[in-house]
Amino acid sequence: MPDSPLVSAAAVAVIALAIAVVIAVGLKVLRSFRDLGTDAERATYKTLHAASRAGQHLRTGLNPAGAGKASRQLRGLLGCDGFAITDTTGVLAWDGAAEELRPVLMEVAAAVLAGGHTAVIPAGELRAPGGRSPAGSPGAGYAAVIAPIRVGSGVAGVVAAFAPEAGSGLVRATGEVADWVATQVELAELDASRTLLMEAEVRALRAQISPHFIYNSLNAIASFINTDPVRARELVVEFADFTRYSFRRHGDFTTLAEELRCIDRYLLLERARFGERVQVSLRIAPEVLSTVIPFLSLQPLVENAVRHGLEAKEGPGHISITANDSGAFAEVTIEDDGVGMDPEQLRSVLAGHSGGDHVGLHNVDARLRQVYGEDNGLVIETAPGEGTLITLRVPKSQPRHDA
Amino acid sequence: MNPVVGVAAFAAVTLATAVIGFYGLRISRTTGDFYVASRTVRPWWNASAIGGEYLSAASFLGVAGLILLSGTDALWYPVGYTAGYLMLLLFVAAPLRRSGAYTIPDFTEARLESRAVRRVTSLVVVMVGWLYIVPQLHGAALAIRITTGLPAWVGQVAVIAVVCVTVMAGGMRSITFVQAFQYWLKLTALAVPLLFLLLVLAGTGTPAVAEAPVNPTGLPPAGPYQNISLLVALLFGTLGLPHVLVRFYTNPDGQSARRTTLIVLGLLSVFYLFPTAYGLIGRVFAPGAAGAGQADALVLLLPGRMIGGLAGDLLSALVVAGAFAAFLSTTSGLVVSLAGVISQDILGGSVRGFRLAALFSAVVPLGIAATTDSTALAGSVGLVFAFTASTICPVLLLGIWWRGLTDAGAIAGMLTGALACGGSMLAGAVLGAAGTPSWLAQPAAWTVPAAFAVMVLVSRATRDRVPRSITRLMTRLHTPERPLVTER
Repeated sequence: MPDSPLVSAAAVAVIALAIAVVIAVGLKVLRSFRDLGTDAERATYKTLHAASRAGQHLRTGLNPAGAGKASRQLRGLLGCDGFAITDTTGVLAWDGAAEELRPVLMEVAAAVLAGGHTAVIPAGELRAPGGRSPAGSPGAGYAAVIAPIRVGSGVAGVVAAFAPEAGSGLVRATGEVADWVATQVELAELDASRTLLMEAEVRALRAQISPHFIYNSLNAIASFINTDPVRARELVVEFADFTRYSFRRHGDFTTLAEELRCIDRYLLLERARFGERVQVSLRIAPEVLSTVIPFLSLQPLVENAVRHGLEAKEGPGHISITANDSGAFAEVTIEDDGVGMDPEQLRSVLAGHSGGDHVGLHNVDARLRQVYGEDNGLVIETAPGEGTLITLRVPKSQPRHDA
Repeated sequence: MNPVVGVAAFAAVTLATAVIGFYGLRISRTTGDFYVASRTVRPWWNASAIGGEYLSAASFLGVAGLILLSGTDALWYPVGYTAGYLMLLLFVAAPLRRSGAYTIPDFTEARLESRAVRRVTSLVVVMVGWLYIVPQLHGAALAIRITTGLPAWVGQVAVIAVVCVTVMAGGMRSITFVQAFQYWLKLTALAVPLLFLLLVLAGTGTPAVAEAPVNPTGLPPAGPYQNISLLVALLFGTLGLPHVLVRFYTNPDGQSARRTTLIVLGLLSVFYLFPTAYGLIGRVFAPGAAGAGQADALVLLLPGRMIGGLAGDLLSALVVAGAFAAFLSTTSGLVVSLAGVISQDILGGSVRGFRLAALFSAVVPLGIAATTDSTALAGSVGLVFAFTASTICPVLLLGIWWRGLTDAGAIAGMLTGALACGGSMLAGAVLGAAGTPSWLAQPAAWTVPAAFAVMVLVSRATRDRVPRSITRLMTRLHTPERPLVTER
C-alpha cells in the first residue's frame, strides 16, 4: 500500500508544487530588488506604497480591523513611536509604543473631537493612571500630536502620534495624515452609499408585472364567466396566485423552480386569451431547479416571447424553455418562433434609450448585470422574422443571496 | 476469459451511459406537465446518484481484493467508506446546502471572505480530484488486462476518452439520472453473480470456513494504530470529497440534504455486503488468486472460475459492466467537479473554459496513471481519503461549527495537513512497503489532529481577522430555511 503508484503520483505532485512555490517566491523577491532607483525615488515609493496599503485597509471605513492594519503602515509613514486611531467613542487601533496611554487618550482627544483643531501635548503631561510619581508614571516620556479626522462638517475621530518630542515636522505630518485618513473614510462612505444606491436601483428595477397583462387577463376571464363559469373561477384563482407571487414584498431573489411555477400560471392565463395558439415545451434539468435567480427575471422574458413573438403573428406560435446544468452556471434559454426583432432596435432598447414595448427586457438585463457583473447580462439572438432566442446564465453559487 | 465479454460489456455500459446522458431530458413536455418539470430531484434519486458517483473502483474491486489478502482487517474499509456518510449527515450536509455555495472553494470564500483561501482550497481540491482519478484508471487498466488481454493503457485511455467526450459534449446534462443508473447497475452487477455463486456453492457442499487458509499472502496483520488511523481517514475524508459535496447542491433545502444522506447510508450499507461476500468466498475457495498479484481482480475472476461455461461468461460480462460503470461514474463525477473549479478560478467560467478545463482535468491523471502501477486499489483510495481528511475536512468542519475560524488559520491548517500527509505519502513511496513505519503508512491519525490544531491555534492568534458578517452567515448555515414550495 505505501509504495502504491498513488504515492509516487503524490510525490511528483508535491515536488512540482514545491518547485512552483520556490520559483514564484524567487521571482517576487528578485523583482522587488531589481532597479531600486535613487534615494529620493525610493522614499517617494515607500511613502506612496505605505499610503496605498493603508488606504486599502481604510476603505471599509473606521473599524478596528481596518484601522489596525492601516495604523501599522501610517506609523511607519510618520516615523513616530506610537500611533493610534480613534473614532468618536473609543480607540480603534494602537500600533507601536505608548500603549499604556490608551486609557487616557479619549479624555485628551475629547477637546480635539469637539473643537476640530489639532492638539499638541508635550512630554510629561500625558500620564497613564497607576504611576507613583509624575515623572515615573508609565507613558510620561511621550509627547502626543492629536489631529482630527474631519469628514464632511463633523469630526469622525482622531489620529494620535506619540514621540519623545513633538516637533513641528511631526505636527504638520500628523495633520496631513489625519486629512488623508479623512479622505479615505469619505471614500468608504462613498462606497457604502454606492452599494445602497445599487440596492435601491435593483429594488426600483424589481420587475413590475405589466398593466397590459392584468387588463387582458381580466377581460379574458370575463369572457368565460357566462360560458364556462368553472373555468372562469379557476382562472381567477390562478390570477390571484400569480399576483400574490409577483407582489410579494420579501426578498429580491427566488429559485428557478418558483419562477417556473409563476410562468406556468402566467401561461395559463395567456392561454385563456390565445387558446391553442400558444404552444409551450419545456426541458428542465432538475439539478438547477434550486438555483437562486433574481425575482421575476424569467417571467418578463416569457411575456416578451408571447407578446412580440406570437401576438404580432398569425397562426400558432411555439415557445420553448430550457434550463441546463452548465458547470458552475445554470443556463436558461427562452426561444420563440415569432416575428423577431431588429437587432439595432434591440440594442437601443437594452441600452435603455427607447422604452416602449420591450421595457421588460431592459429591466431584466439591467438587473442581471447589476447583480452578477457586466458579463452576465442577457444574450439575445434575433432577426426580423427569425424568432428570438434569449439566453441567461446565472452562477449556481450565490452564498450572499437568499431565495 | 473470453475477450469478447470484456469489450462487449464496456461498450454496453458506455452506450447506456451516453444514451441516458444525452436523452434523459429530451422528452419535451407540454405545459400541462409544468409541475412535473419543476419538481426538484427527489432524495431517492439524488441518493442513488451520490451512491453511483461514490462507489469507485476501490469499492467495486478493491474491497474484495483486500479481504482476500488481509482478511477481516480489510472490513474496516467498507465500514469506514459507509460511516463517513454518518459524519456528513451529522455535521455537514444541511449547513453546506443552506450556505448556497456550489463548490468547496465557493464555501470557503464565502465563509472567510478571502480570495487567498479560495485559491488554496481550489488547489487542494484539484489535487484530491487528480489523486482520486488515478486509482480509477488503474482499475480500468486491470479490468481490461484481465478480461480482454489487451495492454493495460487501452483501458485507461478508453475510460478517459469516454468521460471527456460525454462531459465536453454536454452529455452530463442529466447527470443525476446517469449516476443513479450507475449505482443500480453496480449493485445488480455484484448481486446477481453472487446469487449464482451461492447457488453453485450450495450445490457442491461447503467446506467449513475454519479449514480455509488463514492468510494466503503472509502479510502481517494490522495493529490497532493502523486500524484507528484508517478509520480516521475514511470517516473524515468523506466530508471533503469534491464530487460528493457538489451533488448536495441538487437538494432543494437543508432538510432534504439530510434525508438524502440518510438514504445514501442505507444504499451504501447494502452495496458493501456484496464485495465483502466476494472477498470471503475468494478467501475460502480461490485463495490462489491472491498470489498472482491479481487480488483486485477477484470480483472479475470469481464468476468465470467458479461457474464457467456460457453462464460464467454472461455473469462475468455483468461484473465487468459494473466495474466499468464504477470507473466511468466516479471519473466523470470528479472531472465535472474539477472542471467546474478550474474553469471558475482560472478561465473565468465560460462554456468554452469549462470544456478546456474538463479536458485538462482528465488528461493529467491519465498521464500519472500511465506512468505508475497499482498494487491495492482500496489502499490507494484510502490514502486519498487521508489527504482529504487532513486538508478540506478541517476547513469544512471548523468553518461550519466554529465562529472563530479565520482565513489565516484556514490556510495554515490546510497547508500543514497537505504537507504532513503529502510528505508521509512521499516518504512511504521512498521507503517502500516493507521499510515504512506504520505511522507513515497510515498518517491520518496524526495529520488530521495536526491540521485541526494548527487551524485553531493560528485562528486564535489572528482573532482580529474573523469576518464581520460571521453572525449573519452562521445564522444562515444553522437555521432552517423558509419551506420551499415545491408542489401545490
